[in-house]
Amino acid sequence: MIAAIAFYLFATLTIASAIAVIFARNPVHSVLWLIVSFFNAAGLMLLVGAEFIAMLLVIVYVGAVAVLFLFVVMMLDIDFATLRTGFTRNLPFGIIIALVLLGEMIVAVFAHKAGPMIAGHAIPAAQVPNIVALGTLLYTRYLFAFEIAGLILLVAMIGAIVLTHRSRGDTRTPKVWKQLRRRPGTAVKLTQPGVGEGMNL
Amino acid sequence: MIGLGGYLIVAAVVFTIGVLGIFLNRRNVILMLMAIELILLAVNINLVAFSAYLGDLTGQVLAMFVLTVAAAEAAIGLAILVIFFRRRGTIAVDAADRMRG
Repeated sequence: MIAAIAFYLFATLTIASAIAVIFARNPVHSVLWLIVSFFNAAGLMLLVGAEFIAMLLVIVYVGAVAVLFLFVVMMLDIDFATLRTGFTRNLPFGIIIALVLLGEMIVAVFAHKAGPMIAGHAIPAAQVPNIVALGTLLYTRYLFAFEIAGLILLVAMIGAIVLTHRSRGDTRTPKVWKQLRRRPGTAVKLTQPGVGEGMNL
Repeated sequence: MIGLGGYLIVAAVVFTIGVLGIFLNRRNVILMLMAIELILLAVNINLVAFSAYLGDLTGQVLAMFVLTVAAAEAAIGLAILVIFFRRRGTIAVDAADRMRG
């Protein structure tokens, strides 16, 4: 009973905030609605026992991706009103396309229900925690794919840095070759001044 | 208790909203990227629901990879967006006509 209530709550909020993402006038509000949507989707995933994915969703999306979006939206000085010019013109066509797509998918869901299940057995009672099971699977059977995922993240990081990096003319960078060519002979001078005589520099 | 069908319908609705968002905000690249994130979220809900239903953790592993690719895509997309804005002073999709496509 409580699970059903939680499901309907999370599902309704996910869908409502997803609608708010695409209809919000201000992109900052869109990003914030996106965060709400991800939180509720994480709740949905918690309900079926996928704790690790739910937490990952919160950490990666809310903690990193949404903040990235927010950062870019606030950094760029854009007149968002002019970007919405085609909005009402595209609305009827877009709604038609969306309804057709949604109808197709819901028909597919019910067709799936009607047909024979190939592997329709219930969830086995969890002997080990979700994270332990997932980690065991990741580090054994899917180790190669896991490392490829890490490589993808590395490529994304380097790509983002290379794309947005620009060398400005007015910065003073250290001249590395000059620093490396410095030797003790040119840098240090040893003297032995007498008592009370001072030093000639 | 809610079966698999409920989750699939939620995922279908979120997916459709994402597609609708791409259709409606055809000039604003930031909102298009956000709509893509919604679509990938729907995919993740589907994967996790099937994983729980079939009692097979592979779906959750796959959901993690989808998450990884989505994060990488967002980072690269926003980086391209930033340099595009730096060059052209706007993020409208129509402004990307340098190659006369």
